[in-house]
Amino acid sequence: MATAAGTMPVVGSHTGLWSWLTTVDHKRIGTLYGVTAMLFFMMGGVEALLIRTQLAVPNGTVVEAQLFNQLFTMHALTMIFLAIMPLGAAFFNWFVPLMIGARDVAFPRLNALSYWVFLAGGLLLVSSFVFGGAPDAGWFAYTPLSDKNHAGSGMDFYVIGLLALGLSSLIAALNFAVTIINMRAPGMTMMRLPVFIWMTLIVAFLLILSLPVLTVALIELLFDRKFETNFFIADNGGNPILWQHLFWVFGHPEVYILILPAFGIISEVLPVFSRKPLFGYSAVVFAGISIAVLGFAVWSHHMFTTGLGTVPQIVFSASTMAIAVPTGVKIFNWLGTMFGGSIRFTTAMYFAVSVIALFTIGGITGVMHAVVPVDTQQQDTYFIVAHLHYVLFGGAIMGIFSGIYYWFPKMTGRFLGEGLGKVQFWLFFVGMNLTFFPMHFLGVAGMPRRIYTYDDGLGWGMWNMVASIGSYIIALGMLVFVVNFLLSMRKPATAANDAWGLGATLEWSTSSPPPEHDFDVIPVVHDRDPLWYNRDHGITPEAPPAHQHIHMPPPSYYPLVMGGGVLLLGVGVLSHLAVTALGVVIIIYAAWAWTLEPTD
Amino acid sequence: MRSSGSSARRLVAFSVLLLFVLFAVACDEPQSTVVPKSDTAQQVHDLYLLVFWLGMIVFVGVTLAVFGFAIAFRERAGRQARQIHGNTRLEILWTFIPVVILVVMAVPTFQTIVDTTGDAPEGALEIVATGHQWWFEFEYPGQGVITANELHIPVDRPVSIRLKSVDVIHSFWAPQLSGKVDMVPGHENHLFFTPNEVGEYLGQCAEFCGTSHANMRFRVFVDTQADFDAWVASLQQERIQPADELAVAGEQVFTTGACIGCHTLRGTIAAARVGPDLTHVGGRTTLAAGIMDNTPENMARWLRNPPGVKPGSLMPNLNLTEDQIQQLVAYLESLQ
Repeated sequence: MATAAGTMPVVGSHTGLWSWLTTVDHKRIGTLYGVTAMLFFMMGGVEALLIRTQLAVPNGTVVEAQLFNQLFTMHALTMIFLAIMPLGAAFFNWFVPLMIGARDVAFPRLNALSYWVFLAGGLLLVSSFVFGGAPDAGWFAYTPLSDKNHAGSGMDFYVIGLLALGLSSLIAALNFAVTIINMRAPGMTMMRLPVFIWMTLIVAFLLILSLPVLTVALIELLFDRKFETNFFIADNGGNPILWQHLFWVFGHPEVYILILPAFGIISEVLPVFSRKPLFGYSAVVFAGISIAVLGFAVWSHHMFTTGLGTVPQIVFSASTMAIAVPTGVKIFNWLGTMFGGSIRFTTAMYFAVSVIALFTIGGITGVMHAVVPVDTQQQDTYFIVAHLHYVLFGGAIMGIFSGIYYWFPKMTGRFLGEGLGKVQFWLFFVGMNLTFFPMHFLGVAGMPRRIYTYDDGLGWGMWNMVASIGSYIIALGMLVFVVNFLLSMRKPATAANDAWGLGATLEWSTSSPPPEHDFDVIPVVHDRDPLWYNRDHGITPEAPPAHQHIHMPPPSYYPLVMGGGVLLLGVGVLSHLAVTALGVVIIIYAAWAWTLEPTD
Repeated sequence: MRSSGSSARRLVAFSVLLLFVLFAVACDEPQSTVVPKSDTAQQVHDLYLLVFWLGMIVFVGVTLAVFGFAIAFRERAGRQARQIHGNTRLEILWTFIPVVILVVMAVPTFQTIVDTTGDAPEGALEIVATGHQWWFEFEYPGQGVITANELHIPVDRPVSIRLKSVDVIHSFWAPQLSGKVDMVPGHENHLFFTPNEVGEYLGQCAEFCGTSHANMRFRVFVDTQADFDAWVASLQQERIQPADELAVAGEQVFTTGACIGCHTLRGTIAAARVGPDLTHVGGRTTLAAGIMDNTPENMARWLRNPPGVKPGSLMPNLNLTEDQIQQLVAYLESLQ
């Protein structure tokens, strides 16, 4: 990492492994999140390639049934909890303080803790592959298939891993909500917040409200599995459908937790490269809030085939259709942003524009699933697989890569290669459409999801082959990205403050990469697009005083220690309770020492 | 703008081609969701077509706008971006238009929900379908008939199927006849439909149910009333007495071995309900929940090592000798 461009002395060490283990700098934590999540993303990709290789031809023999079931379960868990969510967190970490004109998040050590707990949860979950088999009951883990009578130890790793990951997300969500509400620069009212920050705030509230429901469900499942309770065991009076309600009360808001950060990213990228303000700012913000609120009222549309009854089917059909309205508003406003612009087609813009088109496909098929009778034909078929990947790959992943190309010069001082970037874009775009569009046809042709094999003569062979070819094209695109990243990091860090020369938001007013304290002088905000306002009104930022001391929080290893304690807590549940006791002792020690740690 | 016009035409042509492919291909697929053969499936399909075309209009509109704007407003010498912040009238318009489209969808949706849930029509044939890992049991309480993986129903008469499960959640789905409804332990569901064409239809479990979820298939035979009556009559009989020597030896193996621990075979002492009822297994067209044709070779393959044919199969490898296998095959295949 380049040294801070500022001239003031700042506290803290800057190099070496120890500096990374003890950092409380939001930018470094963001980098840790980003790099870790990218590695998990590639692991989830390998799982997907194995799945697609098995399904390329009828009666495939590449992987066996049991392993296949582990692979599709872990593919979903990896992509959702270990790739897309932490990639979102990487952007939150990097850009919430920088875009609101703050020097760090509200609770820097808590921020470090959320990363270490995330890492612990991820390792716990993934380690199941080598300790007796990964979870294989699907990421939704429906009881009774996931209970002690039907599932092996993989499900314990699932429960413990997700509990840790949920804890990490909850800590981060509280931190970002507090930061956004309390640490905005002077003049940055709520209705001047960048849309990315609004979406971050909405995601934080979604996490705070939905994760406790998942936690309750997981603990009940853990008790059913370990301590002879009967929450979900039908033979003993429990109710397996209860699990589905609890899971989807979390699981549907989770969809918006995954997609809203990408919506936020493209709401920054589209205006900047169209060279005009976001069309309908307040409509986009309120549409985001509406989506979040309605997102809690649609969970049962994942359960239309469970025999809900006539009235619940109608109610959840109506609420699910309603959520299409604010989603449509967002799409139309993005189009309005492009309209009349002078669009510069950088790689970031390619990805952002593609999100509008691809997400629209996922949105339309989503409305089709709100039509309950139609959904009874599409539920649990490849039509749903197509739908969800247009939302999560076409929306979330393409949006995230838009953000990576857009902010890479701010994060590193270096540009990712635009030529290779466009090669990657086209490989992703062509690859994902080849992979996921034919899945609509497969679903319509009656191919269920989660089958490790299918017969000849059902007419599914050709489109499966096309989909498998597409998945390898996506993988090639990812390889191009890795090459692009490595080549870029070898170049000198020369990016200007406003790397693209078009920046509207505060992060572009400080150096690339920013100093540890982010801003030499806390900026004053006059408009929604502060840098454009300053440019148009000839306002130059205040020069820093010759001698000033900026107090930054010192590094701390207690978050790492406490994260280790959480890891042992989980390991203990999976092995011997004595380890859990050790974990508890370490957590209490870390909390104690943390409280007493001097802050300067 | 000429270039954007021609690319727009290409897009439309591409979309039409996609549609063509969608329908052309769908018609050749035996498990298709868009070739309905019952009143219920037809009603669902009509609704699907409505939603499909409304969705297609939105898709084409947005896609044309994305590509059109991307081409029309790309940066060029002298072009100035228009600094507009929004337009309240447009916001109202594009909130209102989707609402209208959704209402057009919602009214027939709610109507179809009412029509396809609730109580089955009077005089419907009652069937109880029970999901097991990984096969379907079909019971006709009115006729006193039990069979597995092959459902026979008469054409043009409503059937009401009560759905149960003994272990995990399964889902009953024969797409040409009806949308799927889950089979949930401890929570009985039902569905009903009236098949309108004689034929053989494919079905498959649609809710992930464990290792061999992919191998949990079934068939629905929609018969003429006369054929159906004959089928019921044959299934009401006890098992056919084995005639030739090999089959007699097979019954001996069956009734003195582990088979009776799990299976029923009426007319013998076998009366367990863990595995499929085998009283008329020789008359079925497929084996092991629809994964292979019912031939002596396949039956032998199955008996040699069930989990080798169907991963995770709850029927273990019984380590039968080749002689025992040949005897059992002769016996079971004779049970028409």
